[in-house]
Amino acid sequence: MHELSLMESVLEIASRHAEEQAATRIHSITIRIGDMSGVSIDALTFAFDVLARETIAAEASLNVVRVPARCKCPECDHEFETDSPFATCPRCGTLRTELVQGREIELASMEVS
Amino acid sequence: MPQSNPRTIVIRESVLDKNRTIARANRAQFDAWNCLAVNMISSPGAGKTALLERTLSDLSGDLRLAVIVGDLATDNDAKRMNDRGAEIVQVNTGDICHLDAAMVARAAEALVGRAPEVCFIENVGNMVCPAAFDLGEHVRVVLLSVTEGEDKPLKYPRIFHTADLVVVTKMDIADAVGFDRQAALDAINRVFPGVPVVEVSARTGAGMDAWYGWIEEKRTLK
Repeated sequence: MHELSLMESVLEIASRHAEEQAATRIHSITIRIGDMSGVSIDALTFAFDVLARETIAAEASLNVVRVPARCKCPECDHEFETDSPFATCPRCGTLRTELVQGREIELASMEVS
Repeated sequence: MPQSNPRTIVIRESVLDKNRTIARANRAQFDAWNCLAVNMISSPGAGKTALLERTLSDLSGDLRLAVIVGDLATDNDAKRMNDRGAEIVQVNTGDICHLDAAMVARAAEALVGRAPEVCFIENVGNMVCPAAFDLGEHVRVVLLSVTEGEDKPLKYPRIFHTADLVVVTKMDIADAVGFDRQAALDAINRVFPGVPVVEVSARTGAGMDAWYGWIEEKRTLK
């Protein structure tokens, strides 16, 4: 259940930016969650419902954008989508490829007024 | 004043940035002590504390050791490790299922006069949440006990992906519980090809030299 602490951080960052923009209300929050981030989107949504209540995001909607995992082959530079951080390169067969995308846990944007 | 229209602001900020920043500061502190920081992760009951008890007894004559030990509640683990020549700092996380960098930063303050050469950070028993949190460690050790099922790495691949070393514990009872060693090694290798593995029994001392050798190697490489 580390989603609860993660959502706390999301709301902390959101409130800080809202304050900087002199906004008094957050209408929506968009987060990007990588498929290899180890985060459960259901748990994150649940945490948002619980934690946003007492904040200026109380009325806000939460949009979750899933980020597919991508690996890059250090041998032949081939980039490909994957469901494993240790995927074999489909082009040259190299075993050790590098995960270049898919670990994101990111507050992407929000709508404020 | 008329209500202004909602406007979009782009933020693109990683939620773990704050943790990462504190983790970097922790790592700098450990480096300033010339200290190897070891994040130890496993399920509850896999034998983290038993492994550390033995390790402290065996190594504290040669090295200044410290343990930062995380548990939801109680200081039972700290008591178990006391009086072995190492500095022990207990962290109670309350309801939080993992250690984060800020908790380690606070705990590390207690080690300031001590400047340990190796600091073990015994994470909260949990194979899921600790994976996401950099504590400022140099290396991550994941423990798997012979009673847990050989396929555990396949069930919790993410934590094994991040391991610098896998320690198979409780080898003294491997036969009694019908542990299939090859199946476990295959499972570990399937989720993280080539990750080093040591097999130990903290009770009998078997395999402990390989564990100590690995620590020494990491200390030298640092």
